[in-house]
Amino acid sequence: MIPALGLLAGILAGLLLHPTVPLWLQPYLPIAVIAALDAVFGAVRAVMDGIFNDKVFVVSFLSNVVVAALIVFLGDQLGVGAQLSTGVVVVLGLRIFSNVASIRRHLFRA
Amino acid sequence: MSEQPGRHEAPAVTEPPPTADTAWRRLAAVARPKATRANAFAALLALVLGFAIATQVRQTQEQGLESLRQSDLVGILDNVTQSQARLDTEARALQTTRDQLVNGSSAAALSAARERLDSLGVLAGTLPAHGPGITMTIDDPGHKVTAPVLLDALEELRDAGAEAVQIGPARVVASTSFTDAGDGIEVDGTRLTPPYTLTAIGDAPTMAAAMDIPGGISETVRGLGATPRVTQSQALRIDALQTLREPRYARPVPTPTPSSS
Repeated sequence: MIPALGLLAGILAGLLLHPTVPLWLQPYLPIAVIAALDAVFGAVRAVMDGIFNDKVFVVSFLSNVVVAALIVFLGDQLGVGAQLSTGVVVVLGLRIFSNVASIRRHLFRA
Repeated sequence: MSEQPGRHEAPAVTEPPPTADTAWRRLAAVARPKATRANAFAALLALVLGFAIATQVRQTQEQGLESLRQSDLVGILDNVTQSQARLDTEARALQTTRDQLVNGSSAAALSAARERLDSLGVLAGTLPAHGPGITMTIDDPGHKVTAPVLLDALEELRDAGAEAVQIGPARVVASTSFTDAGDGIEVDGTRLTPPYTLTAIGDAPTMAAAMDIPGGISETVRGLGATPRVTQSQALRIDALQTLREPRYARPVPTPTPSSS
C-alpha cells in the first residue's frame, strides 16, 4: 500500500514540478523506467506466489535499473546504442507481459 | 537464486495453483502498511519511479533535438545539408534564368530572329512588302519585247538596289524564270501579255535614273517600238507571294550557334 501511494505521489510530483531531465541522463531514463516497471510487476507476481520479500524487491529494482542503464551506455559507446536500446525494451517488455499474465491467472483464474 | 521473486519463471500451470482467494489475501496482506525499513525503501523507490515516469512522459511530449542520439543528430544534419545543397543549386539555376530574362538577352535574341525572318521573307518573296519605289509600264503593241529584254530590265533594277520586284502578278525572286511564249512572256510559268508592269521597291530616284540611262532599258525598249513609262512613288505595295520550296539537295552547313546561357 505504501509503495503504491509512493508511486502516486511520485507521479503527482513529476507533473507538478516540471522537472527537466539532465542531458547525461536522457538516453538512460526511458530504459531505466521500463526496467523498474519490470521489477515492480515481478514483485507483484511474487506476492501472488507468496514468495515476496521486501529486500529482494529493493535489490532487484535497483539492479534492473542499473543494468539496463549500463547496457544502453555500453551500446552507445560501441555505436549500437539505438539497436541495443530496442533489444532491451523488447526483452523487458516480454518479461512484463509474462509477469502480468501470471498475475492475471492468480487473481482471476483466467 | 531460483526462488528470486520478480525473476523466476514460475510454471503457473504445473505448481499447485493457489486459489484466487489466496492470491487476493496475499495481496491484501502485503498492502497492509508495515513500518519496516525495506517497506519504506520500496516506497521511496516507487516514488522515484513515479517521478521518473512523469518526467519522461513530459520530456517525450516536448521532445526536441536535444534528446536525440548523436548518430540521429548526424543523420538529421546530413539530411538538412543535402537538401540545402539541392535547394542552393535550384536557386542558382532560377537566379540565372531570372537574370537572363531581366537582362533581356533572350528577348533581344527573339526580336533579332524575328527581324531576320522578316528581311529573309522579303528577299525570298514569301512576305508582302511595301515602301518607296517605281512602277514601270512597257506598252508593247508589236510584241517585240522578248524575255531577255525583261530579264535585262530586272537586272538593271537589281543593280539599282531594288529589294522586292513584281512583274504583272508574279513575284520575282532568285529562281524566277523568263520564257518567250508566242505573243507574250511567261514569268515563272505565268503567261503575261503586254503591257507589262514592273513594280520595284527600293530607292526610287536611283532606279528611275537606271532605267533612263543612255543605252539602258528605256532606250532599248523604245528601239523595239514599245513605250516605256516610269512612275516614281513613295508608297508602293507588292502583294504577290512565292511559295517557298524546300531545297531537294542543298542543306545548310550547320554553324555553331552561340549557346543560350
